[in-house]
Amino acid sequence: MQKYLGFQVMNPVLVKEFRGRMRTIKTPLLLAIYLLVVGGITFGYMYLRYSNQVFFRPGESKELFLILSVLQLILIGFVAPGLTAGTISGERERQTLNILLTTHLSPTKIVLSKLVSSLAFIGLLVFATLPVYAIVFLYGGISPGQLVGVFVTYLVSMLLFGSLGMFCSAWFKRTGVSTVLAYGLSLFLLGGTAILTLFLSEYISMYQYRTYGSHVGFPEIFYFAALNPVMNLVSVFEPSVVMLGQSNGTSAAQAIPIQPTLYYALVYVPVSALLLFFSVRMVSPVKKKLFRKAAR
Amino acid sequence: MIRTVNLTKRYGKFLAVNQLNLHIEQGSVFGFVGPNGAGKSTTMSILATLMEPTSGHAYVGGFDVTKDPDKVRQLIGYMPDFFGVYDNLTAVEYLDFYAGAYDIPKEKRPALIQDLLELVNLSMKADAYVDTLSRGMKQRLGLARCLVHDPQVLILDEPASGLDPRARIEMKDILKELKAMGKTIIISSHILPELAEMCDTIGIIEQGQLIALAPVDQIASRVAGHRVLRVKLLERAQEAYDQVHYLEHVTNADVQENTLLIHYTGDEAGQVALLSKLVQNGLPVLSFAEEAGNLEEVFLTVTKGVGS
Repeated sequence: MQKYLGFQVMNPVLVKEFRGRMRTIKTPLLLAIYLLVVGGITFGYMYLRYSNQVFFRPGESKELFLILSVLQLILIGFVAPGLTAGTISGERERQTLNILLTTHLSPTKIVLSKLVSSLAFIGLLVFATLPVYAIVFLYGGISPGQLVGVFVTYLVSMLLFGSLGMFCSAWFKRTGVSTVLAYGLSLFLLGGTAILTLFLSEYISMYQYRTYGSHVGFPEIFYFAALNPVMNLVSVFEPSVVMLGQSNGTSAAQAIPIQPTLYYALVYVPVSALLLFFSVRMVSPVKKKLFRKAAR
Repeated sequence: MIRTVNLTKRYGKFLAVNQLNLHIEQGSVFGFVGPNGAGKSTTMSILATLMEPTSGHAYVGGFDVTKDPDKVRQLIGYMPDFFGVYDNLTAVEYLDFYAGAYDIPKEKRPALIQDLLELVNLSMKADAYVDTLSRGMKQRLGLARCLVHDPQVLILDEPASGLDPRARIEMKDILKELKAMGKTIIISSHILPELAEMCDTIGIIEQGQLIALAPVDQIASRVAGHRVLRVKLLERAQEAYDQVHYLEHVTNADVQENTLLIHYTGDEAGQVALLSKLVQNGLPVLSFAEEAGNLEEVFLTVTKGVGS
């Protein structure tokens, strides 16, 4: 059956990566630290929030879920590029990439296998936090649809940050440089895009006030705000977040042109695919021409 | 089996390989000789489909390395001059990984890996982690890795570099075995006498250009006509030099402390006459010996001045 699938489910690179990863002490250590951070902050917050109360409102407790989700997203933003930024450059530094490229493994297979193995590990990290989610669920306050929205955002973000790290790794020969750039770009996506969006929103408000004498609203801000992973994730619970008060007289929920999670996926899945495409190209020793020269 | 036509590779202004034309017959062993930076590794990388030539063509088994790299990869086993191994994998797992990379069915792998480890004398290290192996063992494991898919052509870039004499001999024996198996081998090295023993043809490359290409037996006959005589004296080596350096058949002479090295192209009777001359002139000759066939000398003579 495997033979007939274009991308073998367990190809040799995946087997080797899994084997290598699971044999080091680093893996359980990273898992333990990850759970410690996620669990520590969540339980710490729970303790501070509810220890002095005799009752709680399930509707309010979604903020606990929100904090846990955002925390996990930020951690994904840090772990994913860290894991992938050394994959290709590490092979180069170890002087094993050339050998790998002379085998029957295509550059596409090498790049995708390395990405899948890294994403599988991040998947394991996220999966391992499910008990924390289960405890948070005791306090209620979230619908299954919202939960799906959160995990779709995670999935797309994992792919995005993973591809970003992979791209840097294929681009730069040294893992150090690749990691720094991958983290820089991740930080920009997590924080930079939010700052830029807020700046844009404020500027437009100011411009409209000066030009028209009143604040008209700029609903198109959604297309910028929803690109920020954190804002997009928060919008699963509070849709108005991605409108930044620019909803043009209507309510925020009405002004949103497209479901934010869907928009997020529609933009970032192709971006990830593009990053992976260029990664494969940079890994390929013999490149096929992208465009044929126009006939003269 | 291997053919290059005006193969040229340029890195910016630096010309690594310049109009290289090679033709290597199937089943023959070709020795690639040249100083560091001469273009050996670049040529081998191009043949191994890891680099695109700036101009010209390279063919392996009739397939163009840039147009049909997949087909070329099926035919070749490539061992770079420097290569790493993966941590956390045993020798068997290492070979199993590459066997998988060459699409060898799982059920065939255990027997194949056992055979390969036996061929490179590493059966006793089957379950050892590859990063714990010695350099020589890693090199042999690398060779086993090249052979996983039973390629027709082996491209070996300095397989004996950095090995101790014992490991070199072991590597040489394995290569002789591979030659007997009928593989076409292209091998580069700095150790010419070692290459001469197993190669059919030797090519000398310098500054990206092939400056000499000859069957080994031809080169060997040139070596036979070129001797280096080592004359050890108690003292007055310079005086001995003065008496012999102008003689017929003495192409060069060198004084190293109390030793005189004479590059000599004459016959044995001439050697006797030379020794008599030194003794008759009262020079204290301690020993007079002919150095073993010095291939490097001949090669240096051939390549002299080309690079400068």
